Amino acid sequence: MMNLLQEKREAAKLRINTLKMPEGGWSFAARAAALERVKRTGLPSRRDEYWKFTNPETLVKQATESAALFKSDEVPFFETDRLKIVFIDGVFCESSSDDLVLNGIEIDRLADVIPNKVHWAQSIYGVIESRGQTPVERPLAALNTAFATDGVLINVKRTPSKPVSLIYDHSSENSDAILHHVIKVNSGASLTVLENGPAAARFNKCMEIQLAEGASFHHIRTQGRDHERRASTHMFAQLNASSTFKSFTLTVNGRLTRNEVVVELSGENSIANIAGACVGDGDFHHDDTVFVTHAAENCDSRQVFKKVLRNGATGVFQGKILVKQCAQKTDGYQISQALLLDNDSQFNAKPELEIYADDVVCSHGSTSGAIDEEALFYLRSRGVERAEAADLLTLAFLGEAVEEIEDESLTEQIVSLLSSWLMRHRPS
Amino acid sequence: MTQTQIKEGVDLQTVQAVQSMVSYKYGWETEIETEYAPKGLTEEIVRLISKKNNEPSWMTDWRLLAYSRWLQMHEPNWAMIDYPEINFQDQYYYARPKSLEKKPKSLDEVDPKLLETYEKLGIPLREQYVLAGVDVEDEDLANRKVAVDAVFDSVSVGTTFKAELKKAGVIFCSISEAIVDHPDLVRKYLGSVVPMSDNFYATLNSAVFSDGSFVYIPPGVRCPMELSTYFRINAENTGQFERTLIIADKGSYVSYLEGCTAPQRDTSQLHAAVVEIIAEEDAEVKYSTVQNWYPGDENGKGGIYNFVTKRADCRGNRAKVMWTQVETGSAVTWKYPSCILRGNESQGEFYSIAITNNFQQADTGTKMIHLGSNTKSRIVSKGISAGKAQNTYRGLVSMHSRAQNSRNYTQCDSLLIGDQCGAHTVPYIEVKNNSSRVEHEATTSKVDDDQLFYCRARGMDEEEAVALVVNGFCKEVLQALPMEFAMEAQQLVAISLEGSVG
Repeated sequence: MMNLLQEKREAAKLRINTLKMPEGGWSFAARAAALERVKRTGLPSRRDEYWKFTNPETLVKQATESAALFKSDEVPFFETDRLKIVFIDGVFCESSSDDLVLNGIEIDRLADVIPNKVHWAQSIYGVIESRGQTPVERPLAALNTAFATDGVLINVKRTPSKPVSLIYDHSSENSDAILHHVIKVNSGASLTVLENGPAAARFNKCMEIQLAEGASFHHIRTQGRDHERRASTHMFAQLNASSTFKSFTLTVNGRLTRNEVVVELSGENSIANIAGACVGDGDFHHDDTVFVTHAAENCDSRQVFKKVLRNGATGVFQGKILVKQCAQKTDGYQISQALLLDNDSQFNAKPELEIYADDVVCSHGSTSGAIDEEALFYLRSRGVERAEAADLLTLAFLGEAVEEIEDESLTEQIVSLLSSWLMRHRPS
Repeated sequence: MTQTQIKEGVDLQTVQAVQSMVSYKYGWETEIETEYAPKGLTEEIVRLISKKNNEPSWMTDWRLLAYSRWLQMHEPNWAMIDYPEINFQDQYYYARPKSLEKKPKSLDEVDPKLLETYEKLGIPLREQYVLAGVDVEDEDLANRKVAVDAVFDSVSVGTTFKAELKKAGVIFCSISEAIVDHPDLVRKYLGSVVPMSDNFYATLNSAVFSDGSFVYIPPGVRCPMELSTYFRINAENTGQFERTLIIADKGSYVSYLEGCTAPQRDTSQLHAAVVEIIAEEDAEVKYSTVQNWYPGDENGKGGIYNFVTKRADCRGNRAKVMWTQVETGSAVTWKYPSCILRGNESQGEFYSIAITNNFQQADTGTKMIHLGSNTKSRIVSKGISAGKAQNTYRGLVSMHSRAQNSRNYTQCDSLLIGDQCGAHTVPYIEVKNNSSRVEHEATTSKVDDDQLFYCRARGMDEEEAVALVVNGFCKEVLQALPMEFAMEAQQLVAISLEGSVG
């Protein structure tokens, strides 16, 4: 039997051979270093402890499985005034996008600036990602850094008047997209980023975020309505003093999704909230992997993840809070809960704490179970139909994660999306 | 400090224990002539151990097969423990006091020096009623009996109350005796819960285990007294590899206690034990451990490396197993007492206090594997870390698809004393059906300042106050211990934390 590392390196070699790294320019050194990382660690294998609950095979193999195109006649997801940036099959589409101009922020398309000798993003591109590679390797993110040729670089100097909306579309059943975004929010400024859309048959996305003192970043994402795609996404965030990072992800179906969020609280009084709600029906595998490092005093972090699963869907949560010795007065919280609507679905969780400072309060909880029969009975005795009662309870369960979104109009849109999904997926 | 005050509450005892300032009470060595097998591990050594125990050939073959598999295996490295590489060839695998060359027929024939050793440890091998150190004012308590199997390095010294137990049909003897006298039972059950090549250390144990305890409780019998095994490592550079096999037949009940100590030495010593418990239909087994191996000194020198595999199989319906452990000793602990809940309505419980101080490292927890329907498990783990120690709870709760209507509740709390130590929680939760409920809660905090202030305002010094607060933190687990252990455990909690304040 080939040993694990050899096998992983072999897989990396095969994959690397299909890709082409851009030569020269400001990002070249970061790309070369990332390529070395991938060659050294190899690509993930099912035998990796970090991939115990999710089989990375289709994310890693040379060519992607094809995925049927997603056709939706539904209204566009976010009905908010926003700056639209559209990628089709992982390539920026100028004709569908708005002009990349918004007061207070500077937006570059990665593909346009790769040949430049200098760029402000040089201090971030691949840098925050590589910090997030210890203590756990994330080779798919390193692969992304090395080979990504498109994405956006956003430098926020003053808070813009509207959110930036990244819309991912696809036009080919075999699209294999790699996108890399860099977001820098300067002192005192704030940015909201919205993300949605099918993206590609296989989608590898990496986003690096650096928040200066007092900066804030809000991120709301929906993914997965195109059922057949496979996605692995990474967010790496570095938080300086008094900055705020908030991210919420709604996942509705999707054959395979692995979302990794890696946050480093490196300045005092910073706050990180990461939340996720997912509903899966049938052939659905969703993995939330979160790693929060407290490296400064007085920081708060919160993780709230809710999963509703039916018809053989699988939900995974791997969350970790690491509190370094210097991070006194840390307040860390983590909850992961699953509602299993039938007997075929499963939930796997690994909520971890690793703590080296003594003056901290950290807690985590994880529960799994069916809908509360007593609550159902209560509603039914008041004349609510069983299916409707079950939907109400399910919505209430997911609500705790959805409430983590600050913008109320977005919360409402997400709740209405969820209730229409539940209605459509009522057991016949 | 007068004895009369003890009645007022156990906490006072803890306080006394702190004041008595003994760091490791059992660190002395018995000077006794010891016979060793040659250093290192080879097929010959395995054969030699088997021969020393007069084992039948099936047992020798079993060991040799384990040895050949062990050669193919690698030491596990996933635990959050860090220790220098162990040279498995630089150890003695068998050490026996010369005086035990011929097995003593009764305790009267045992070398007085050995009896003295156990006397000094508070475990007199007379057929006395209770363990030393327990005040016998209460009449019920005074009438409690505890049978002891005493294991010294690689061999069993003797077992008390054998005759009385025999009357009840209970078999309690060393495993080496059981292999000779009850081969059918041993062959049927040995390795049936922890398979021969289950993991690196269990495989090593399967090859070289020298002695340990054997318990068989026949159907419908409630064991008339508590059973206990006391493990003592004495010889230098010697590993202890004991094997315990407990079989509770249908409808039986037994409570089993395990204690362990070792001399204070600069070099580390290896301890790799295997405990297998089989609980048949309606049987109940309580297994309690106070693990007090030498933890090494305050600079992290010496101490026992404790790599233990403990597992219970609730084979029959309504079987129940309860593990209770107080882990205060060892330089390194790697131990996950587990329950396989195979029978419907079977139950597993795990109560643990793990205390690490100085440079101690503990990676401990449990696995609850729910296979049968309506099974229940409960996990309460309290980890306390002081000095430069690292303490990890690692656990698995698995609900298989057939384990309908099952229930798990897990609570694991960590307490940090000082900013040089670490406390970690690594639970795995796997749920494959929706009628079961799994709940996991964990918290980490430091000793509460308000509580400390309250104690100090009433005249306690800081160390006393910490001991009191910590005992309160551990209460749920201490209450699950049998009487004999509860007191010792409370004292240990205090002693282990000594020097951790200020």
